[in-house]
Amino acid sequence: MSKQQPAQFTNPETPGYVGFANLPNQVHRKSVKKGFEFTLMVVGESGLGKSTLINSLFLTDLYPERIIPGAADKIERTVQIEASTVEIEERGVKLRLTVVDTPGYGDAINCRDCFKTIISYIDEQFERYLHDESGLNRRHIIDNRVHCCFYFISPFGHGLKPLDVEFMKAIHNKVNIVPVIAKADTLSLKERERLKKRILDEIEEHGIKIYHLPDAESDEDEDFKEQTRLLKASIPFCVVGSNQLIEAKGKKVRGRLYPWGVVEVENPEHNDFLKLRTMLITHMQDLQEVTQDLHYENFRSERLKRGSRKIEDEEVNKDQILLEKEAELRRMQEMIARMQAQMQMQMQSGEGDSSAVHGHHV
Amino acid sequence: MEPPAVPEEEEEEEEEKEGAVPLSMAPGPVGCQLFGYVGIEAVLDQMKIKTMKTGFEFNIMVVGQSGLGKSTMVNTLFKSKVSRKSSQPGQEERIPKTVQLQSITHVIEEKGVKMKLTVTDTPGFGDQINNENCWEPIINEQYERYLREEILITRKRKIPDTRVHGCVYFVPPTGHWLRPLDLEFMRRLSRIVNVVPVIAKADTLTLEERAEFKQRIQEDLKTHTISVYPQEDFDQDPEDRALNDRIREKIPFAVVGADQEHQVNGKRVLGRKTKWGIIEVENPAHCEFPLLRDLLIRSHLQDLKDITHNVHYESYRVRRLNESNRPGLSPLNGLPGKGEASSHL
Repeated sequence: MSKQQPAQFTNPETPGYVGFANLPNQVHRKSVKKGFEFTLMVVGESGLGKSTLINSLFLTDLYPERIIPGAADKIERTVQIEASTVEIEERGVKLRLTVVDTPGYGDAINCRDCFKTIISYIDEQFERYLHDESGLNRRHIIDNRVHCCFYFISPFGHGLKPLDVEFMKAIHNKVNIVPVIAKADTLSLKERERLKKRILDEIEEHGIKIYHLPDAESDEDEDFKEQTRLLKASIPFCVVGSNQLIEAKGKKVRGRLYPWGVVEVENPEHNDFLKLRTMLITHMQDLQEVTQDLHYENFRSERLKRGSRKIEDEEVNKDQILLEKEAELRRMQEMIARMQAQMQMQMQSGEGDSSAVHGHHV
Repeated sequence: MEPPAVPEEEEEEEEEKEGAVPLSMAPGPVGCQLFGYVGIEAVLDQMKIKTMKTGFEFNIMVVGQSGLGKSTMVNTLFKSKVSRKSSQPGQEERIPKTVQLQSITHVIEEKGVKMKLTVTDTPGFGDQINNENCWEPIINEQYERYLREEILITRKRKIPDTRVHGCVYFVPPTGHWLRPLDLEFMRRLSRIVNVVPVIAKADTLTLEERAEFKQRIQEDLKTHTISVYPQEDFDQDPEDRALNDRIREKIPFAVVGADQEHQVNGKRVLGRKTKWGIIEVENPAHCEFPLLRDLLIRSHLQDLKDITHNVHYESYRVRRLNESNRPGLSPLNGLPGKGEASSHL
């Protein structure tokens, strides 16, 4: 976290003191009360360790009753979108975290239509926000837009697969992509370096825009700058996820137990899990900002441009619709006039024969 | 166990044993008692010398998505650089646009026994976005060449055998189930070739995950009636069955491949070195590579070849000959017919 001077109520009698240095504290208090919202989408083939990683990151079990579907079920299924929301609280700060899972991605033999569902989900969230924002009551807009997408790359390949490239190119203008390599305990350090370099080269080659950490400001302290530099150099992160406690070297750590050793999740020498967690937490705000300022604005301008173009097409039909509406209006007016006349007659005749009223039909 | 190549030999051997009637041929010739040493058993030595001179041929195919360690596994199996990658060093790994079949042949020798080993690799399998029919190039060419050679009027004394005797299918270690692509491929291929599924890069699974994954795979295979090698239908006697049952319990083998040696406890072992330990490839407590090697080479190599020749090839031949008898198709009577064999799956 960037370091700020602790709140100090400078002596109000100091000359030149106005007091607006206190504003950040007010903002801080208000946002703590309000709580944060964050939507994270995870995309990747099944079996790459997505759910385990999410559970490890947020130290919770997001999928308690999970049944992994067999291949026979997978053949018929299309990609589904499953959003689960949890409220996590830590030291008084509330986080409303939504994790959007995409089971079925990359499972089918023909994955051509894989990402249509995902893209339409992202667009839908943008659409809803746009609609709320343009509405009359803007007090309680719920922000369900996808702020960040963890894209899981298989550690078994030699780099990006054609499906990876296609998908990332389709969504890099809509969402912040953070590429992640899970199940990294399958790679030795040299293999990891090679794979990371390979992936970065391919990303550049195809012109894919992934999320770039913002450089540390010049007025931040050295530690923070160093940390940011390290984080930037480690993308894509090679992580191992686990929530099992294993006994290793006398203490209990989260890890995976193999016959040949123990892989510790939180050991920076074993994998980049801590780096990924740090990145996510320190840059949650930035991810939201980029989503708002860049991706959402892109979407909005595209949408509004498209919206006005649609209206032109419909003008041809407009006249027709207008005529029809006028005709309908006339008919309704006539019906009202008739009903009024009937009521008047009824009043005049008092207890008169009501059957005479029914004589008139259209 | 070594099923002998020629049936007549078997009959004679059986008769030697107390004149008992062999189990495989009930109304056979009457057994006689020998009252001295004749020397019939020397035929075994003659066979051995002959086969050592001619050498063996073994064709193995490795199928699986790129990056699953197929080339490394082949190198580890035969303890030499026989894979496609070793023959083209320094080439960067690029996913080809279509499935290709690349065969490399080496002659390796051990204690005077020569083996002509052909490894067929399938780069591009399962890597595309649309993987429909990616198995077709693999299936089509298989037996046609051998069949054409066999039905020639004057044929070669020893037909070059390019038929694949065993196909090792690499399943990615997701830990969940078999993917639709895996099922589809294994179903089609197990009908025409001996398929041995293995779990690739198994160092990514803990022992419990491995056991669970294997069980799910076995269930899957049973549900879809995919019979992988060793097939239950071809067990010849109870001894075979017991041995094969033990193997079938462990299918698919969880393997790790490595071509680098490291020092462990003073010995040099093949393995993978990581920050948290060294995975020894030949240590049965770490992975099941020794089982795979024993199956493919030490115990069932001849069996693989026999089943390919006697069962798979024969059924293909029957199908083809029946087809050619129908009008309108290319004649199979030794004349060069036109048109390739189409996939009958």
